[in-house]
Amino acid sequence: MIGETLRARIDAEIARFPVKRGGLLGALHIVQEGQGCVSLAASKELAAIFDVFPVEVIELVRFYNFFHESPRGRHQVYVCTNLPCALRGANVLLKGLEQHLGVGVGETTADGRVHLGREECLGACANAPMIRVGGVYHEDLDLAGACAVLDALE
Amino acid sequence: MKTVRLEIDGRSAEVPEGTRLWDAALSLGIEIPVLCHDPNLTPVGVCRMCAVQVEGERVLTAACVREVAEGMVVRTATDKIERCRDVLTELLLSEQPARSARQATTGDDALLALAAERGVARGRLPAAGSGRGSDDSSPVIAVDHQACILCDRCIRACDDLQHNDVIGRTGKGYTTRIAFDLDQPMGDSSCVSCGECVAACPTGALTNHALGAAVRPVAELASVDSVCPYCGVGCAIRYHADPAENRIVFAEGREGSGNQGRLCVKGRYGFDYVSHPQRLTRPLIRVDYPKRALSPEVESSRRIQGSGKGKGKGKGEGKGKGEGKGKGKGGGRRHIVDYDQVLPAFREASWDEALDVVAERLGAIRQDHGPGALAGFGSAKCSNEEAYLFQKLVRAVFGTNNVDHCTRLCHASSVAALLQMIGSGAVTTTFGDIENSDFALITGTNTTANHPVAATFFKQAAARGAKLLVVDPIRNPIADHAWRFCQIRPGTDVAFYNGMMNVIIAEGLVDTDYVSRFTTDFDAVASTVARYTPRVAAGICGISEDILREVAIEYGKARAAITFWGMGMSQHVHGTDNCRCIISLCLMTGNVGRPGTGLHPLRGQNNVQGASDAGLIPMSYPDYQPVTSNEARAHYEAAWGRPLDPKAGLTTVEITEAAREGQVKGMYILGENPFLSDPNTNLVREALTRLDFLVVQDIFLTETAEFADVILPATSALEKAGTFTNTDRRVQLGHPVLRAPGDARLDWQIICEIATRMGYPMRYDDAAEIFAELVSHSNSYRGLTHENLGEGGKLYPCPDPDRSEGTVVMFGDGFPTENGRARFVAADHKGADELPDDAYPLVLITGRVLEHWHTGQMTRRSYALDAIEPDAFVSLHPADAAAAAIADGDWVRLTSRRGEITLAARIQEGTQPGSVFVPFHFREAGANTLTTDQLDPDGKIPEFKFCAVRLSKSLSSPEA
Ligand code: SF4
Ligand code: SF4
Ligand code: FES
Repeated sequence: MIGETLRARIDAEIARFPVKRGGLLGALHIVQEGQGCVSLAASKELAAIFDVFPVEVIELVRFYNFFHESPRGRHQVYVCTNLPCALRGANVLLKGLEQHLGVGVGETTADGRVHLGREECLGACANAPMIRVGGVYHEDLDLAGACAVLDALE
Repeated sequence: MKTVRLEIDGRSAEVPEGTRLWDAALSLGIEIPVLCHDPNLTPVGVCRMCAVQVEGERVLTAACVREVAEGMVVRTATDKIERCRDVLTELLLSEQPARSARQATTGDDALLALAAERGVARGRLPAAGSGRGSDDSSPVIAVDHQACILCDRCIRACDDLQHNDVIGRTGKGYTTRIAFDLDQPMGDSSCVSCGECVAACPTGALTNHALGAAVRPVAELASVDSVCPYCGVGCAIRYHADPAENRIVFAEGREGSGNQGRLCVKGRYGFDYVSHPQRLTRPLIRVDYPKRALSPEVESSRRIQGSGKGKGKGKGEGKGKGEGKGKGKGGGRRHIVDYDQVLPAFREASWDEALDVVAERLGAIRQDHGPGALAGFGSAKCSNEEAYLFQKLVRAVFGTNNVDHCTRLCHASSVAALLQMIGSGAVTTTFGDIENSDFALITGTNTTANHPVAATFFKQAAARGAKLLVVDPIRNPIADHAWRFCQIRPGTDVAFYNGMMNVIIAEGLVDTDYVSRFTTDFDAVASTVARYTPRVAAGICGISEDILREVAIEYGKARAAITFWGMGMSQHVHGTDNCRCIISLCLMTGNVGRPGTGLHPLRGQNNVQGASDAGLIPMSYPDYQPVTSNEARAHYEAAWGRPLDPKAGLTTVEITEAAREGQVKGMYILGENPFLSDPNTNLVREALTRLDFLVVQDIFLTETAEFADVILPATSALEKAGTFTNTDRRVQLGHPVLRAPGDARLDWQIICEIATRMGYPMRYDDAAEIFAELVSHSNSYRGLTHENLGEGGKLYPCPDPDRSEGTVVMFGDGFPTENGRARFVAADHKGADELPDDAYPLVLITGRVLEHWHTGQMTRRSYALDAIEPDAFVSLHPADAAAAAIADGDWVRLTSRRGEITLAARIQEGTQPGSVFVPFHFREAGANTLTTDQLDPDGKIPEFKFCAVRLSKSLSSPEA
């Protein structure tokens, strides 16, 4: 259930756009942040709130790595592996991080601290390779630097 | 229209502005290869197969989306272009699964065809990505995500043609795939199995499951153009059949008719009933007397007195209809008749013996008790030719006008009101004419279920911006597309519309010019509706004064408003009054006779319009010539060579009543199943038991046939030639797709045999000859022949069938009445016959569901339709469910003053608190056990949409 507080934030988001559905992406962020995930139930509720078909919500949820359907680790760590990053060693970096954390891509560490994922281009190609931790970019990384970033996470 | 000149491959073309390059090339006969493009869909240009070179441009452009421009010079097939197309094909191919489900079935995988044509082989490029999986959860459609090329065609077909908006895309990169709703399995999603996405898909990603016979390429099959055997939309269908096995393999929508290629689940997937093992193949003569019901369901739809059995313990196993529309997979329990219970009461007979018995017994009853002791029920499922011959048999040979069919149960009141007010009972315009409307009133109809393909056009109009005003006591899915949905209290239609007219008059929105030129008696309506101020009307119908005012004003201001209605209007004791009100509403605002305006009662069955046109009703000969008119009677006496009965005959329910009282003693029932379809089953049972002689002609052993003395095996619509007239007045010719099984005979030949054996020789060479005779008596059908109906049929009246499709909009310059004017008829709110009270506090509304049709004889024997919707249910509002402590899926007992049924509860928001909905297709819980046989005084239609019932939790399933 999307509670009253989140609903109020969503309504405020809606008010920012000339058409209601313009606020949907923002609403997804609000729900993701507030509930730690965008569950299928929440997607269904959002479809009703925004007067769109359920599949239109799921299209967004499944497209962006910002949203996931069940809660994951405390920190979301995504490694871009698109071409520019790949050319500068992103796949090696990703392998290294897997070893460092002891989890595979798409998995969360046993203590629930870090979730590791693969990312599509985030527009930081000039500073490849890069990782995204939540909303923060870390760029021009080597494996040691990336491990240090992760180790510093609570 | 402005045109644009351009050059394509060195040839010049002149095309309207806005044309896409692909179409412009096609107009020169140049076919540019496509994958994501389908001329029925809005182009999106995502696959780039249609890339072409526009001179002076740096990169290739997609011809399917690119608009032409003045002076453009285009090359469609340079070396560079061909290279690009080859690489693209090879890339797409590398991702395809080893086996294409489409190639293996219908054999028309467009991607493989393109590869073959271009000589592109697979194997050079590695397959990337990790399989995207498959989904077999739909009973009719197989999904192979790995074969999907993301061309978007299924999405556009679902969204833009059918307006179901089920499919989208999820994921990205190599994992991108189509998804249904919240990425659910297709079978659990809101998909309504129309199959439009399968028809649109160019690869093996979406394909049809086999329905009995393995799906094979069209080239190996016989393809026959025919008409859907189900609803009044009358979709044009191409059936692909295996002649050796005598089975239909699959079906496709045809262009050129009202459906524009679209179909619903019944038309696309509901054909296999024709090959069901329970088809009747030999005449049967009863040996078990005294007559009685033979199967437990027919014997025991319990009467209210003497009930009280069936208390057991434990909950029924019929759980699990989720909220929304549940999707059982139909395991285990089947509720079609068990032939082992019924057949022992009959023995097989030769045709000669059976026909002699029929002729002799009917003849004897006529002899001993007079013609009035005989009656016949024809069927709206039969062709015009069969309807014509059947009524001719009853009138000329039996000597009575006691002939009727299920129109009496669906739109008799609509026709009564239309004839009285505008002088014609047919629609004044087609359903497709909504394309020209800016406003549509859609009332008393669950169109997405009962006229699904017509509903796609309504939804399309809404998407384009037309305002749909949906008025119904039940919130049906079409309400989701409405501009305003007015959920009136059951049975208060007259008050609602009188209220609307009151506002329209008060606001000065009457089209006085139209009223004075084309109508009479406006004052009668004006003075009646003056009493229905918004306050008064709102108090009765439960819609707020503000909304009532708003919708009336918008309706009154509409440029072109069209009106569609269904049985929610007609099936009331005030059904004719309901229809009078909407007709008055149309007339006072001048919303008849122009494109985008008109009156359209959505006819239920495939040929209910045609059967009535052909005279299968007790008060008129073909083309609505009254039997009471001396002139008309003289005409037909001369034509048919027999004296005819000058009195109007009895209607359906009246015939049943007369049989129960012993006045009607012999009946011929062709293709109807009154046991389940007529009101108050316990009375119908008594009537059928009481008949001295009953002959039933049908394709299956119906519930009604359990009371027959003789049963004659008939042919299905897909086994014979004949014309059917759809809700649009479109007369279409159906061609035989299959051979009839065993000794089953053509229905018209059986009628001829009976007539001949009763001393009235009837001989025709074929259905075309019968049609010619019908046409010779009908002004409306004048000029039509089997030959000139063409592929898409003709809209009657059609004065020039060789050159024109016929008449879309009728009555632009007056009406077929004596003075050429329509007549206003006022109506007052009277309310239903049996209002709820303390003992029976709920209102029962009966109706239908998408997957089933009439009494389920055909649809419950179609694998897919039965699998999707296998069981009887009652739909009730959460508030009523809570009050009775009923959970979704619980067994409940519904009791009226007339009987009782036990069925599963489906808790849904659609019905309003205080009313419940039960579909009438299901023999194990026949809704008509509960309904009242009270009739509308003019239309003689029973009140299927309103009776009082009580609901209680049942502790056991009916089988326990
Ligand atoms: S079958 Fe019809 S409703 Fe279902 S997904 Fe395909 S197009 Fe949509
Ligand atoms: S809409 Fe009616 S006529 Fe068309 S396919 Fe469906 S049942 Fe048949
Ligand atoms: S056919 Fe034009 S882009 Fe696909």
